[in-house]
Amino acid sequence: MANEAKHAAGHGHDHSHDHAHDDHHHDPKWYSPARWLFSTNHKDIGTLYLIFAICAGIVGFVFSGFMRAELAEPGLQLFNGTAFGGFFGTEHNYNVITTMHGLIMIFFMVMPALIGGFGNWFVPLMIGAPDMAMPRMNNISFWLLPVSFFLLILSMFVPGPPGGNGFGGGWVLYPPLSSTTGHPGLAMDLVIFSLHLAGMSSILGAINFIVTILNMRAPGMTIHKMPLFAWSVLVTAFLLVLALPVLAGALTMLLTDRNFGSKFFEVSGGGDPIMFQHLFWFFGHPEVYIMILPGFGIVSHVISTFSRKPVFGYLAMAYAMVAIGFIGFVVWAHHMYTVGMDVNLKAYFVAATMVIAVPTGVKIFSWIATMWGGSIEFKVPMLWAIGFIFLFTVGGVTGVVLANAGVDHSLHDTYYVVAHFHYVLSLGAMFTIFCGWYYWFEKMFGIKYNGFIGGLHFWLMFIGSNLIFFPQHFLGLQGMPRRYVNYADAFQEWHHWSTIGYWVAAAATIVFFVGVLEAFIRRRKAESNPWGEGATTLEWTLSSPPPFHQYNDLPRVK
Amino acid sequence: MRSRAWTYLTLGAASLLAGGSAWAIPVNGGIDFQRPVTETAKRVQAFHMEVLIIITAITIFVTGLLIWVMIRYNKKANPVPKKFSHNTMIEIIWTVAPVLILVWIAKGSFPILYDQDVMFGGAQVEESEVVDIKVYGNMWYWDYTYNQNTDKEFIIESRMLKAGDEARPLKPERGDIGQLSVDNPMVAPAGRFVRLKISAKDVIHAWAMPQFALKVDAVPGRLNQLWFKVDEPGIYYGQCSELCGKDHSNMPIELRILPQAQYDQWLAAAQADPTNGGRAYLDSLPRPSATQVAAAQ
Repeated sequence: MANEAKHAAGHGHDHSHDHAHDDHHHDPKWYSPARWLFSTNHKDIGTLYLIFAICAGIVGFVFSGFMRAELAEPGLQLFNGTAFGGFFGTEHNYNVITTMHGLIMIFFMVMPALIGGFGNWFVPLMIGAPDMAMPRMNNISFWLLPVSFFLLILSMFVPGPPGGNGFGGGWVLYPPLSSTTGHPGLAMDLVIFSLHLAGMSSILGAINFIVTILNMRAPGMTIHKMPLFAWSVLVTAFLLVLALPVLAGALTMLLTDRNFGSKFFEVSGGGDPIMFQHLFWFFGHPEVYIMILPGFGIVSHVISTFSRKPVFGYLAMAYAMVAIGFIGFVVWAHHMYTVGMDVNLKAYFVAATMVIAVPTGVKIFSWIATMWGGSIEFKVPMLWAIGFIFLFTVGGVTGVVLANAGVDHSLHDTYYVVAHFHYVLSLGAMFTIFCGWYYWFEKMFGIKYNGFIGGLHFWLMFIGSNLIFFPQHFLGLQGMPRRYVNYADAFQEWHHWSTIGYWVAAAATIVFFVGVLEAFIRRRKAESNPWGEGATTLEWTLSSPPPFHQYNDLPRVK
Repeated sequence: MRSRAWTYLTLGAASLLAGGSAWAIPVNGGIDFQRPVTETAKRVQAFHMEVLIIITAITIFVTGLLIWVMIRYNKKANPVPKKFSHNTMIEIIWTVAPVLILVWIAKGSFPILYDQDVMFGGAQVEESEVVDIKVYGNMWYWDYTYNQNTDKEFIIESRMLKAGDEARPLKPERGDIGQLSVDNPMVAPAGRFVRLKISAKDVIHAWAMPQFALKVDAVPGRLNQLWFKVDEPGIYYGQCSELCGKDHSNMPIELRILPQAQYDQWLAAAQADPTNGGRAYLDSLPRPSATQVAAAQ
């Protein structure tokens, strides 16, 4: 640790001595438990985050399978108290599954993968830093997460509402359903503790990224020369530091309402449940940008690399992310058009929300302009990046529809909203995660993946996820409400297609794991830069995998 | 899956058969809104169609550009990449053009919003002309208070019909629709301004009526209001639209719009016997049959 700190300061020690020292003390075997439990190495911690995200992702994905199986036809298939010996429980347990799916995918899959995983791995490598600024804090950031995840899973097995286990009030946790009125049992308290821990983990991680990026860039790397992925993580980290404490505050108020007789959200004591929604969405809206911005960074690098052309409009790309982050804080109540807000307030949120389309448009067009005039190679990461641009455009334009409060009155809390945010998250953020996975796989693990399997994974996922979510626009327009375990016969056609889509996506997921297994069994030797001249960022100057401690001599950026 | 035009024909025929009363339900395989019934809903859907055309054009444009660069600038077609990374003019264009499109959308959006949210769309209506109904969300049913704060005040409770349920059986043969039909529907008169005052007694629910483009949360301790004016008598369905616990999907809204004379008779019957009187009167009126319901789906 001391070494990292000294490297960070760019001190003038004898580097050859340091190196020997590092090799002696810091290159433990991969199977050594201490290497992972006590790790302060940003690459090891990044790997831990990725493994954790994959595990949580499997749980979240299986939960969505339960939902799709239930919704395949009208009536109760799984959650009827008797199917599979009553394993799935009742309608309440369906709500628990949707709630857990949301929380797991957001807090334990997308955020750990993009920020903790790729952020930890590649921010130091890209900015020419030997490690994160605070390696021990990095360790606790990660290890809070499994504990937090354990509490969340535990909550499913302890009493929630009268006569049921688990918390089934949606990931938005609105009181009074989440207060003692709706869920008097311990489950909700466990969810609160879990999110507190996950929030702490993220805040600590975010502080680490901000300090690292602001202080540890290699000599010559000004902030305006910094790779866009580092930019995206910097903006994301600021969003986290500003947004998560608000969630923590709201959760704490909910906790004291539940346990210590406070009345922040209790009408009977002069409180207001809508205040929770304002606090929640003040966090919640920046949160959606937290989930997508690092992906923007990854896609920029991939597009540039495989077009063999520098990113078009670098500064506009960087400041578009800053603008998106900033505007993200002033649009929160567009999630609340139906709570009974004043019409003038709604009008403000309509206008503010539509503004976000402008910097987002700048990004989409700049990616296309980066490809324009390039010499494009359709390697696997590029497929995911191009797929992402298309899907994010579809999800983005339906966001413009929903921004209009007059239309949102019809679409709020219907499947249209479900389709919209899955297009930007499940298809948007997820595609950027796979994009980054295939882009950096060789760099991280020192082995090559099989391109055919990677391509097959992409095409199955592209078809499957579109088949799941595109028909849901139709369901929403027809009036199918969200979070329904059972529905009128008239909705069955599109629900049926949506469930077929899930099985295609499930096949894609199996192909993904086959690809990972195949790569680790065959162990094809990696190159330090497999992508050629288009890959210009610093991580490609290192071996694959990079040395346990890199940049003992700091790189100089011209 | 049937075409919209065909669906409308069926619905039109059904409404004729049902004694001139219109009704609307979600259509299996439908890809658009449910049939709009109020002027407001028609305007909302027309506006949505405008925006839908714009966003479809944008999506096709972006997809077209993607396909073009993939064909024209792939490794084979263009082995040597160009090196440019700036073009101020194009960057100004793709910043300003979206702004103009958004301004155009906003121009249509705000009037519709104010039309919905300002009581009676801004029309001056005598208080005595307004029909007030108090709506409460409960876990897991709706209740409706009529003639509130008068000596004729009464409350009806509205619970979903279920197949095989002893107290409230679903009877498809008389035109009941699963997950949508209730024992005691809410009733309002045609051609009048109706004002709903909406709240909840336990957790948050949301009262929604897709054919009227209406939805507002029922929040304990708060009073929200909605208004509508429907000229076509008929049966309209909505569903609770804010997660409220176990039976969230089992508390639909069934709204009967009756001509004034029938409404008055219903009011008298329901006041005399809030549990069964209103329902008994409604059952004496013609309604779409099971075959018509099946045909429309």
